Amino acid sequence: MTSALFFMLTGVLLFVMGLYALVVHAHVLRKIIAVNILGTGVFMVFIAGANRDPGLVPDPVPHALVLTGIVVAVSATALALVIATLLYRHDAHPGAGEE
Amino acid sequence: MRLASAALHAGLIVMCLALAAILAVAVLGLPVSGDGLSEAVTAHLRRSGVTHPVTAVLLNFRAYDTLLEMAVLLLILVGIGSLGVVTPEAPRGAPAHAVLREVVRVLIPFFVLVAGYLLWVGAFAPGGAFHAGAVLGAAGVVLILAGYRPPVFLRALLQACVLAGLVVFIAVGIATLLMQGAFLYYPAGWSKYMILLIEAAASVSIGVTLAAMFLGSLPAAWRSGA
Repeated sequence: MTSALFFMLTGVLLFVMGLYALVVHAHVLRKIIAVNILGTGVFMVFIAGANRDPGLVPDPVPHALVLTGIVVAVSATALALVIATLLYRHDAHPGAGEE
Repeated sequence: MRLASAALHAGLIVMCLALAAILAVAVLGLPVSGDGLSEAVTAHLRRSGVTHPVTAVLLNFRAYDTLLEMAVLLLILVGIGSLGVVTPEAPRGAPAHAVLREVVRVLIPFFVLVAGYLLWVGAFAPGGAFHAGAVLGAAGVVLILAGYRPPVFLRALLQACVLAGLVVFIAVGIATLLMQGAFLYYPAGWSKYMILLIEAAASVSIGVTLAAMFLGSLPAAWRSGA
């Protein structure tokens, strides 16, 4: 088993663990972290898949795609955390701020 | 665990393991070589204006994807601001704790220095606009955590910084469209300078956007027009 294959299988494992945690936990913050782990697993499969051929240099296109993906994932996590803050404040003061 | 019953929980675990097995089989079945783009990138690398293949792919061969990524950052910042969550105000003046104050005073210039280096080194080593922007964003987060907030007279400048990356990128694209007939088709020999221009604007923009996302929204004082 090459190292690329090992890391791709690790990425698959991370993906499935994130999916399980997303379904099982009820707390919003845990779900957000689970989605992040999901995404990290996908990125890992991409990056390891770029290095499958030991004779060639690693394929740079998946690297660029994953760079873009990381930035988008960080931004989406920021948006999710702000929505979670809104949920928390709404639960603490139900009906506050309604227009 | 919050599932309704142990049977549901067991069923979920079985389904996840089955999914893992299916994905593992798919991953093991990938061909070892022959379906990548690395040869095409290496063949055209000399014309791209930079010597690092990942930067060439990000800023030249697939520059349109990077433009859309800047647009996604801006879109999410607008989305966060539109939610109306009000950030608690920082106390006026520097933060109270002396250690925090001194750490920020020492660290922030290093953040800026490292960001500038990463921006420049992206042409021939791993680095570039997004790495520099992430470090600048981290500097902004450290400042926000230490209690600093941008003064009101910097408001317009910061909003301009957020827009600068996307605007410069689109302007370069329209200019190349008018001059060369194709969007983001850099003129021969000018690729290096166009890439540097786009990357400089993008890194500042990304840094300010990430820090603004961490802040969460406009502070209360800005909202009321103070």
